[in-house]
Amino acid sequence: MNTTRDLQRLSAATALCLVFLSAPLAARADGAKKPAPTNPVWQEECGGCHVAYPPRFLPAESWKSMMGSLDRHFGTDASLDARAAATIEAFLVQNAKRSKTGQKADGSILRITETKWFRSEHDEISAAKWKSPAVGSAANCAACHPNAEKGSFRERDIKVP
Amino acid sequence: MKRTANIGALAAMLLAGSLAQAADPLAAISTAARTDKAFSGFSAERGAALWERKGKDWSCSTCHTTDPRQAGRHTVTGKVIKPMAPASNPARFTDSAKVEKWFKRNCRDVFNRECTAQEKGDVITWLRSIKP
Repeated sequence: MNTTRDLQRLSAATALCLVFLSAPLAARADGAKKPAPTNPVWQEECGGCHVAYPPRFLPAESWKSMMGSLDRHFGTDASLDARAAATIEAFLVQNAKRSKTGQKADGSILRITETKWFRSEHDEISAAKWKSPAVGSAANCAACHPNAEKGSFRERDIKVP
Repeated sequence: MKRTANIGALAAMLLAGSLAQAADPLAAISTAARTDKAFSGFSAERGAALWERKGKDWSCSTCHTTDPRQAGRHTVTGKVIKPMAPASNPARFTDSAKVEKWFKRNCRDVFNRECTAQEKGDVITWLRSIKP
């Protein structure tokens, strides 16, 4: 009886370790090491207005603060019923960007395009290109990342219009 | 035999499910509208006018275009929005929860307030009246 329980605990602990160990791999910009985590409620609700941005793009603190202010979501009302909001928040937090050991994540940034990594990944894109009709907005990931809807942003797939 | 029975049971479940969801979203809106004594039905004409009425910065047509048979585009994110007229997109106005969710959000975006049952009913009535 106890052995079974111990085994269960051990496997749960192992699973947890694996989650943490594999997170940095998945967090790499071009790392399609494993399929990106998905959730049907997140896909449906967040994907209703824009690409359902992958949880790994922001730290947990940012997601929590965003989910707490959906009625004022970048100039629009994106309010959700409490159940859907709780499901989405749990998914986002669980798969959020993890900070390096000893570093505190900056949860004050809510706009993905304002994060350091986004800026450095896109520093070669001119202002004119961002505003071109084919792109229109930095929110339009799929303009250059054809598999953005599927959560894949691999370098080799990029096609700048 | 057993297989047939299983398929029958599945079909019955699906039918029950679709019947449970089949309530017309406009019926609930109509019930709400009737609580106002002055209510005298919905008007496609008023719905069409509301579609073009500018609120803070936007109107419905900012994202959904002036022709609801056409796909629209989210004015901020650029995401394509499927047509709103059931003539082009039969899935529209078939799910009450979805209808209420989007009216609440979008009326706040456009008019800075929630829409009344009268307004919602007028718009749905207009969109449903549009021929392909």
